[in-house]
Amino acid sequence: MTVVAAEETGTAGGPDRIRHLEQRLQQLQGEFERTLEEQRRQIEALRSELERLRAGAGSAEPAGQGAGPAAGSGQAPRDSAGTPAVRSAPPAMSSVSPWRLGRAGAYVDVGLVGTFAAGTSTADDIEGGLQPGGHDPNQRGFTVQGVELNLTGSVDPYFSGSANLLYSLDASGESRFELEEAWLQTLQLPAGLQVRAGQFYAPFGRINGRHPHQWGFVDSPLVIARLLGPDGLRNPGAQLSWMMPTTFYSELFLAVQDSQGDGAAPFRAGGHVHGGEEAGALPMGFRPLENDRGVSALNDLMWTLRYALSWDVTDQQTVLVGLSAALGPNASGAGGAPATQIYGLDLYWKWRSPRAHAGFPFVSFQAEALLRRYELGAFDWTEHAEHGEPFLADAASGTPAALPAETVTDYGFYTELLYGFRRGWVAGMRFDYVAGGEGDYEKGPWTFAGEPVGRDLLRRERWRITPNLTWYPSEYSKLRLQYNYDRRADVGEDHSVWLQVELSLGAHAAHQF
Amino acid sequence: MRWRTGFLGGLVAALCLVAGTTEARLRVVATTADLGSLVRSVGGDRVDVLTLARPTEDPHFVDPRPSYLVRLSRADALVHGGAGLEAAWLTPLLQRAGNARILPAARGNVRCCEGVTLLEVPERLDRAQGDVHPQGNPHYLMDPENARVVVHHLADTFAELDPDGAEVYRRNARAFLTELDRRLPGWLERLRPYAGTRLAAYHNSWPYFARRFGLRIDLFLEPKPGIPPSAAHLAQVIAEMKADRVRAILVEPYQDRRVAERVAAETGAKVVLVTQYPGGVKDTGDSYLELMDYLVRSVAEALAAGPEPTPQP
Repeated sequence: MTVVAAEETGTAGGPDRIRHLEQRLQQLQGEFERTLEEQRRQIEALRSELERLRAGAGSAEPAGQGAGPAAGSGQAPRDSAGTPAVRSAPPAMSSVSPWRLGRAGAYVDVGLVGTFAAGTSTADDIEGGLQPGGHDPNQRGFTVQGVELNLTGSVDPYFSGSANLLYSLDASGESRFELEEAWLQTLQLPAGLQVRAGQFYAPFGRINGRHPHQWGFVDSPLVIARLLGPDGLRNPGAQLSWMMPTTFYSELFLAVQDSQGDGAAPFRAGGHVHGGEEAGALPMGFRPLENDRGVSALNDLMWTLRYALSWDVTDQQTVLVGLSAALGPNASGAGGAPATQIYGLDLYWKWRSPRAHAGFPFVSFQAEALLRRYELGAFDWTEHAEHGEPFLADAASGTPAALPAETVTDYGFYTELLYGFRRGWVAGMRFDYVAGGEGDYEKGPWTFAGEPVGRDLLRRERWRITPNLTWYPSEYSKLRLQYNYDRRADVGEDHSVWLQVELSLGAHAAHQF
Repeated sequence: MRWRTGFLGGLVAALCLVAGTTEARLRVVATTADLGSLVRSVGGDRVDVLTLARPTEDPHFVDPRPSYLVRLSRADALVHGGAGLEAAWLTPLLQRAGNARILPAARGNVRCCEGVTLLEVPERLDRAQGDVHPQGNPHYLMDPENARVVVHHLADTFAELDPDGAEVYRRNARAFLTELDRRLPGWLERLRPYAGTRLAAYHNSWPYFARRFGLRIDLFLEPKPGIPPSAAHLAQVIAEMKADRVRAILVEPYQDRRVAERVAAETGAKVVLVTQYPGGVKDTGDSYLELMDYLVRSVAEALAAGPEPTPQP
């Protein structure tokens, strides 16, 4: 058996056999082409027949006109002439015959993106402290940042649809599932209008609408994770957008969404936000964020307004600028109707080589600045003290604190520069800064559960410098090495190194700008 | 009161006039420059063409700039290859542009690959084979016979969208085809002496060209479509090129010319700068026929140039 096989492979590799196979291939190809040409000739005959009849029916042209082109070019080898047969009339739009955009074969494009990180840090409070983002690396060792299933396609002639289901593990190994997005969007409203409904990211700034695997860095910018919350702003709701009839790109977005839950941390989310402070620790504002007063009016929902405009500076350079605002109630304190206002400015600039190959080389610059006004409701810790729970107390007298209402301001920005210096390689540099104006509530000498309390660390100044290097072996995989130098006021400095690896299966990921 | 109605009437009339003049021309967006050129040939003065991808850049990866959304939202027709080349960036643009006239299945959405027999349709999809297009190799316009199919298709579509211009579109299409028929024998003649000759290319963009002109372009610097060349693969390519005395390496403007130069230096072959898009390299003008002229000429010159290469040590 082995001998025969060896002999066969021996002959199979011989030059005679190769020549024979090549001849056979050529012969088959020739036959195939002849059949094809025959069919094309038939199609062409039908076409000219049709044209002649059409011309005849039109009566304007004499009968000879139709025969003209076919006969006139007679000396050329009419070896083939094809046409997309006779196209049937455009199908009437029907909601029972679903159709799809782009690729054929299935009604829905299915893709899966898995993002994993490995690394270490000098900090002891990695999850939620050092790394405030909900999908940041969360411990020394390995992190499942997210395994995201994406389904997208056309629902019917009127709507496109998209769903992102995200699985991850927290630092303790607990599985988490998130309905990241699931929405439908109109395809053909007039006057540049578009409506989106379902669960979706609020149109605030630039990074908020992007999934973690689309970011240029391993982790979320500090200002985004702190001011918008670990998971960003996303909730069930509806959005209207209007592309204005200007010569440049100019679009207005208005979204109204629920104001509670993980997807609305600065609003009615309560103190138990994913990746947030540890249980038993002092919440932001030194008061529980549990004053969820429900929804009784339109302004109890989260409203987001965004205006974006973009223009091409040159053939190779594009600029996109956006202004955003998010407004809604918050759940701080126990009295009044405190509200949160967040304002943002975002800027994106990109240059791409006129000879870009697979998108390289390129240089991009992205920056976002945010300002948040947070109304803290009045809160009295007496009740907690009476129930034997940990409470905030005056350091001198030991009596439970009664915090009056006040408004605090947080702000910050990040800038990031990405340089795709050769095909598949990107070097990145990011600078993060976030701070908060000192609130009156931070001034008193307090103790909490017996321990002295300093400034509110969830609003304290910190900054971070992050260089990284990313390698894309192909469009569908990614390896990223990142170093973070953190400096937190009242905490100190920390060093972290993270290695990220990503896989992408299934449908081609949509390119975004 | 009367002056006011008069003023309003005038305004409405002026607006109609403005609308009328802008309506007169068909607004067409073409994804790539080869399609843009065919649209110009068929549409002539009756269409305004805007091309999205630059002729020098990789059409697989085009930034979906917001300005493209604006163009698409106002287009009467979208002319695209339809064979997956532009899918990654065109699909999201179409979904956001919200223009019923150019959505798939609308008359203004022209999938140019319809009626073209696509080569290299994969039997099974496996990304271990690189970035293979599920519908087949999308570089079909490198066979001028396929341009014939596309031109018919464009004329039909434009005639339907703009019935007043139907005769013009048909006449332009016939003029193009007559010119194509005039040049084709010359192209075939020019490359006939090299029938069966083997060429190398950076990327597998040339199966249609090779088939039409009887060449064999089946050695690629990329180990697999979309995968950058590796040293081991290049060594293999160099060995095969030496064994088969391959004399030319086809490289497109956006591909890494240095890799090709390195291989050329080792094998004595010549690097031939080619493009699939009018305007992609100098002397390709902005017309499809000029581009084919250039391609045939530069390949023929490369194959004719000098004696048989002798493999260098």
